[in-house]
Amino acid sequence: MVAAVATGDIPLKRRLRRAERARQFRALALVLPLLAFLMFTFLIPIGGMLWRSVEDPEVGQAMPRTVAALSGWDGKEVPGEPAFAALAADLRQSYQDRSIAGVAKRLNYVSNGLRTTVMGTARKIRDLPAPGTARETLVAMDPAWGERATWSALKGASGPVSDFYLLAALDLKRNMEGSIVSAPEEQSIYVDVFGRTFGIGLGVTALCLILGFPVAYLLANLPAGQSNLLMIFVLLPFWTSLLVRTCAWIVLLQGEGLINDLLRWVGLIDEPLRMIYNRVGVFVAMTHVLLPFMILPLYSVMRSISPAYMRAATSLGAPPAVAFLRIYLPQTIPGMGAGCLLVFILAIGYYITPALVGGAADQMISYFIAFYTTDTVNWGLASALGAVLLVATMLLAMVYGKLVHGQQNTGGLKN
Amino acid sequence: MSNSHAPRTTIQRIGWGTTVVSATLVFFFLMAPILAIVPLSFSSSTYLTYPLPGLSLRWYEDFLASDKWMLSLKNSLIIGVSATILAMTLGTLAALGLAQWKSRFKPLVLALVLSPMVVPVVIAAVGLYFFFAPLGLTGNYAGLILAHTALATPFVVITVSATLQSFDMNLARAAASLGAPPLLVFRKVILPLILPGMASGALFAFATSFDEVVIVLFMAGPEQRTLPREMFSGIRENISPTITAVAVILTLISVFLLSTLEWLRRRSERLQGKG
Repeated sequence: MVAAVATGDIPLKRRLRRAERARQFRALALVLPLLAFLMFTFLIPIGGMLWRSVEDPEVGQAMPRTVAALSGWDGKEVPGEPAFAALAADLRQSYQDRSIAGVAKRLNYVSNGLRTTVMGTARKIRDLPAPGTARETLVAMDPAWGERATWSALKGASGPVSDFYLLAALDLKRNMEGSIVSAPEEQSIYVDVFGRTFGIGLGVTALCLILGFPVAYLLANLPAGQSNLLMIFVLLPFWTSLLVRTCAWIVLLQGEGLINDLLRWVGLIDEPLRMIYNRVGVFVAMTHVLLPFMILPLYSVMRSISPAYMRAATSLGAPPAVAFLRIYLPQTIPGMGAGCLLVFILAIGYYITPALVGGAADQMISYFIAFYTTDTVNWGLASALGAVLLVATMLLAMVYGKLVHGQQNTGGLKN
Repeated sequence: MSNSHAPRTTIQRIGWGTTVVSATLVFFFLMAPILAIVPLSFSSSTYLTYPLPGLSLRWYEDFLASDKWMLSLKNSLIIGVSATILAMTLGTLAALGLAQWKSRFKPLVLALVLSPMVVPVVIAAVGLYFFFAPLGLTGNYAGLILAHTALATPFVVITVSATLQSFDMNLARAAASLGAPPLLVFRKVILPLILPGMASGALFAFATSFDEVVIVLFMAGPEQRTLPREMFSGIRENISPTITAVAVILTLISVFLLSTLEWLRRRSERLQGKG
């Protein structure tokens, strides 16, 4: 108050604005530590991954002379003697400083066998070929140098950035003329893997909706005491470790497992059913893990549906089934939408469960991302596959945000 | 609104009956894995089959006597507790700020703060692996704690924000107008009121870290293997009964976390009901 009197000559409006600005500044200062932290532990790492999906540095770094010689090459015919001389010099140099292995690996992604061409030639070049003989020397060492495709691969990998990995993640490539075409069949697996990922995601979402709907309906329409008690059956599995549940499903579903024993004992089957390390296991375990994510949003929407509408419909003569389909069901659509999107978003990113209960043909995109990161160290392809998955997830998350916005369960963050 | 669908006509009764039966089957499906694995952990046999030949605690002894499992328990606790403390601090501050901050950039910041919940873990793990390795943050606790903190903070932000929504900011203003410096206002007025939200957030944060395996797979060295990581290899190779004992212990921890959370929720509901 003292301060207010002392500065009484400044208009009130301005003082209020200043106080508000200070308040806003303090509020922002409280958010900044988390933003800085996430910048370091989340945004920059993921940004770095995205960068790796377009980065193409090996050839450009190890073979600067060849890249320079090819810069004006039109790609129509095998380039002339200067390019061969540059290549010979680069191969010799990069063999000495050991950067050749990266080049060989990168070119081998374009065409199987180029690794041998590059490494073999580099090993053979002891001295630079005499002026004017570079071409015949190199072609004599490996005839692949006399082919347009080899040079086109070199040119395509000149970097420093390219769409090579992103195209490969979608089963596409650039042909020698530089236009985008489908990759050869034996290399085309990722569209299938994405299709499988989305297929499993859709299947799991549908199963969750079918299984989750009656549970949410029951919980929403029971007295609070009973539904709180039954809610334990949903929340306990939800809180149980993913590994525990996956392990339990293997024990239940395996050939000598509880379910097969039970079915044999009842006499329904003679041979054990194969229910694990295949698609069945993936569907069962993933549905189990993701079911609570369907039940909880459905439940919260169903609880807010006033029974008056159903009563009005029946009192106006609608048969119960019609009243349910035309009055109740439409009101649950926000809940179904939120639950389905949430389950689908989580499902397409799954890694651990399919890795443990699926077979080789049931692995989803995350498995391949992990595989190329740690096993074959093809970081460009891992990053490109990750970029595609990230974009798909982000688009769906935006739809989810729009859908949930306006519903009450925004956690008080959207005021 | 409860009991509103108490069946009146035959058709309604059939509909309700179908709901009850199918929901019961789904409840059974949800509980089956937990129910199946608990007795097996007390089996005296090495085979994971029923009927149990006899009861014993040997698999629990096995767990307690194993250096490998004890190390992983210790690692899980060190990483989980550290990540929880960090996430609590960063998340609570951010939630306090977000509650007062008005800006057209707020939705963007919010999306960013909550994004670790949505982005597939494998993508975060790969990005962190590339980024942390040259910084020397793989193969040690620090990197894992930082990564788990990033995954856990959104839960703290959400739970604390939810408490702040029902929090009357006038209380803080009243305290300030009575001459309390900001830190005192926080300690004496804000903190006690948002503590339940912080506690729920802490439980979520701890559970997130305690159950996380993908990031650990990419970034942990042999000395930082956590319980889920050890279970992952165990399940891959051959499910020994010791794993079922570990599973039961982990489930008990989940039950404990869940009951604490439920207790906090009821308590705050009661307090709000009174106010």
